[in-house]
Amino acid sequence: MLRQLHSLSGLIAGMFLIILSITAVILSLNPALERAGAVPHATGQISVAELAGKVAQHFQGVEQIERKASGRILVYYTHDNQVGIDFVDPRTGQAIAPYQQSASVRWIKSLHRSLLLDTTGRAIVGIIALIMVILTLSGVMLLATRLGGYSKLLLPVRGTLSQRLHLELSRIAVVGLFISALTGTYLCATTFGLITANQQSDPELPAVLAAGLPSAINTLWALQATDINNLRELVYPYPDDSAGMYSLTTDQGTGYVDQVSGAWLSYQANNVSHTIYEFIYMLHTGEGLWWLGILLGLTVLTVPIIAITGVIIWWTRLAAKPKLTVNSSPNSADSVILVGSESNSTWGFAKALHDSLVKTGHCVHTAPMNQLAKQYPSAKRLFMLTSTYGDGDAPASANQFLSRLTKVSQQPTFAYAVLGFGDRQYPHFCGFAKNVEDACIAKGWKQLLPLETIDRQSPQEFARWGAMLSKAIAVELTLVYTPVRPKTTQLELVERINYGTEVQSPTAVLRFKTPENARKLNIASRLLHRNSLPHFEAGDLVGIFPPNSDVPRFYSLASASKDGILEICVRLQHNGLCSNFLHKLPIGNAIEAFIQANPSFRPSSGKKPVVLIGAGSGIGPLVGFIRNNKGHHPMHLYWGGRCPQSDFLYETELNTYLKDKRLTELNAVFSHDEKHSYVQDKISLDADELRKLIENGAQILVCGGRNMASSVMTALNDIIAPLGMDVATLKAQGRYREDVY
Amino acid sequence: MKKLTFSLVIAALVALPSLTYAREVTFSTVMKNYRGEGAYVALYLVDANGNYQQTLWVAGEKTKYYKHLSGWAMGSKLTAAEYDGHTGASVLSSKTLTVTVDIADEMIDAGYEVRVDTAVEDQRDNRSDAAVKLTTDGVGKTVAGRGYVQSLSYMFKP
Repeated sequence: MLRQLHSLSGLIAGMFLIILSITAVILSLNPALERAGAVPHATGQISVAELAGKVAQHFQGVEQIERKASGRILVYYTHDNQVGIDFVDPRTGQAIAPYQQSASVRWIKSLHRSLLLDTTGRAIVGIIALIMVILTLSGVMLLATRLGGYSKLLLPVRGTLSQRLHLELSRIAVVGLFISALTGTYLCATTFGLITANQQSDPELPAVLAAGLPSAINTLWALQATDINNLRELVYPYPDDSAGMYSLTTDQGTGYVDQVSGAWLSYQANNVSHTIYEFIYMLHTGEGLWWLGILLGLTVLTVPIIAITGVIIWWTRLAAKPKLTVNSSPNSADSVILVGSESNSTWGFAKALHDSLVKTGHCVHTAPMNQLAKQYPSAKRLFMLTSTYGDGDAPASANQFLSRLTKVSQQPTFAYAVLGFGDRQYPHFCGFAKNVEDACIAKGWKQLLPLETIDRQSPQEFARWGAMLSKAIAVELTLVYTPVRPKTTQLELVERINYGTEVQSPTAVLRFKTPENARKLNIASRLLHRNSLPHFEAGDLVGIFPPNSDVPRFYSLASASKDGILEICVRLQHNGLCSNFLHKLPIGNAIEAFIQANPSFRPSSGKKPVVLIGAGSGIGPLVGFIRNNKGHHPMHLYWGGRCPQSDFLYETELNTYLKDKRLTELNAVFSHDEKHSYVQDKISLDADELRKLIENGAQILVCGGRNMASSVMTALNDIIAPLGMDVATLKAQGRYREDVY
Repeated sequence: MKKLTFSLVIAALVALPSLTYAREVTFSTVMKNYRGEGAYVALYLVDANGNYQQTLWVAGEKTKYYKHLSGWAMGSKLTAAEYDGHTGASVLSSKTLTVTVDIADEMIDAGYEVRVDTAVEDQRDNRSDAAVKLTTDGVGKTVAGRGYVQSLSYMFKP
């Protein structure tokens, strides 16, 4: 619900927000520029009377003196029937330069306030500002849910490039954006009289004036008693008007001053609501508070990027949603499938189950878990397929499920089964599925199958659950989950470096580029990315289809697309279809490949040290991280191979990185040399140093085989036990990530 | 009886000019190309001593901005009764504001003057941007403004 609100608001307001933010950034510079042109003078130095007297020496036909919020003094005058406005030096009363508001600034201001549409535009801008308030609030709530609570709002965020840009920038800018949006909404509401804040009564027009000839302006004591730092404006009476008077506005109030006696004729102090209005106006425009203007301008600079990435995230999520063909109504369905999904990946499995049940003659109703009905009169079975979000929380399409469930009072006619989806690497693996199961048990519902879990979208585990289900309902179901074959790109092998043949561990570093002919064909992508590779970062995965196979094999990427090549490190597996294909692939031949983002496996932004641990070909993504460590953050590599003369992968490159400080420390150990050392042994040996690094907030990234990973985890558990932590703690903090196979 | 007749004659003499001899006068205010939002414009009559007499027209719908038409605001004291029924939309850059009002004959050729105050958002206010004496000779002649007003002129209805 919150997410829908956030997405909808963003989609409606996006385009307008981009216009408003760009104009706002330009306008935000004005107060600082104006201030730079102001002549500074301390309080108590010059009175308004003194200033007016000096101005009178240099100007004829003065009508008004105004002090801008920036401190600049303007004089309005009419001379020889020509009007003029000049900046003057408050110390001498002499003109500095004519005042001319630039037409472009005026145009930008008008675009910002009313989209050049006058009253209609002002109303639109006001609504957009209000939507922005909603966006910032709902955004903070969504981020808190994602990271597992408000106390964790500042933890590192992971995700695709769009997600990270969206979240990181929002997090930096949110306070400024909230202030800008809220004050903007307020100002617009006052314009339309929805808030009657700016209304205050004007001072009474005096009935009795002192008789006599007007006195010289510098002798009027009400003006003598006002410092020019308090001046807003002084409006002169008409010349030769015996009934005229001065109108003086200061920071505190407004009143009339007698041109003969120099006394206040009437005075109206600002009321509280007027003072509040002026304060909010200052917050929004930065006029009189130039540094705040600059600060808010900087935060608003992020809005176009946040808006565009927001639309991309929304679109990606929408595109991933599968379309169901025959979906029965909740009342007629004999089988009901409810789906709890955050990124829509669970829908693919739901669709497989849905199709299989429809094929065997069932009436199936499939819906998000949030659409749980009070009753399903014809249902015999209810399936709940759900992932988990954050720390065991409900995913987006199931976040109201548990509260809706409490409202179901009737004992159902159906039996239920819960299937959880998740990633065992995370501490709360299938946490929400377990909550759902517990809630159903507490309701006393009849169980069809006990809770089962699917790790990392495994089609095999899903098929196994299908077999159990077939037995339970005595219907032959075949659950085939085929991830939609992604759109592939052709990549041409340009380089291969072989290692490890002598030690029976043939491993190759393979480098691919987009084929020459494809590059020529695709002018658009050539313009966008010079190398025309799809976007990826080190640590992401490349899916490669070996010939005559529909099942892609995934390899961790050792390069980022900005490096201009796609690089992987592949060990030859006995009977491995894809590794054999890749190892025999001649230079110049092409493969079919696609990118799968793996945003959780990469160093988090920040200056904390990073410990990279790997063995064999697991060094691939780790080398990629080091190669892109242009900020020279401390990086410590622990890597295990077989023999330094044969399979020391990336040896020369790593030494280069040591020299140019992209790599802080290289710990390479070998199992076939005289030390017979494995990577976990070296870790145990360096226990003290590693403990210190972890104490200092180090992040640990492990890549390689499953056995190596579990040995490393055991070793690390021993090392950090004195700190009162274990690897699970680190995982929960997002500081321990694995890419294992 | 004699006294009553005298009083009636006096009353008629006072009342007659305003009842019988009023004239329709059309004022044309041409705006400069001043580059900005719609201008607020007030047309009002002052006597030979510059004292406010009557509001002829106020262009601009939001009363909260009326105080920027400062000459008129001081004279009319911004009481709604002074301008009720004599308001309209603000005047855009380069456009002409044309208003037709009834003016008592006794105010013509008697030193009365029509003044125009103007104000534009974020730009300067112009007290008495343009002013013209109401005379029979002045009909059809244009007077230049000094602020947003290009020219001001008036015609009598034949």
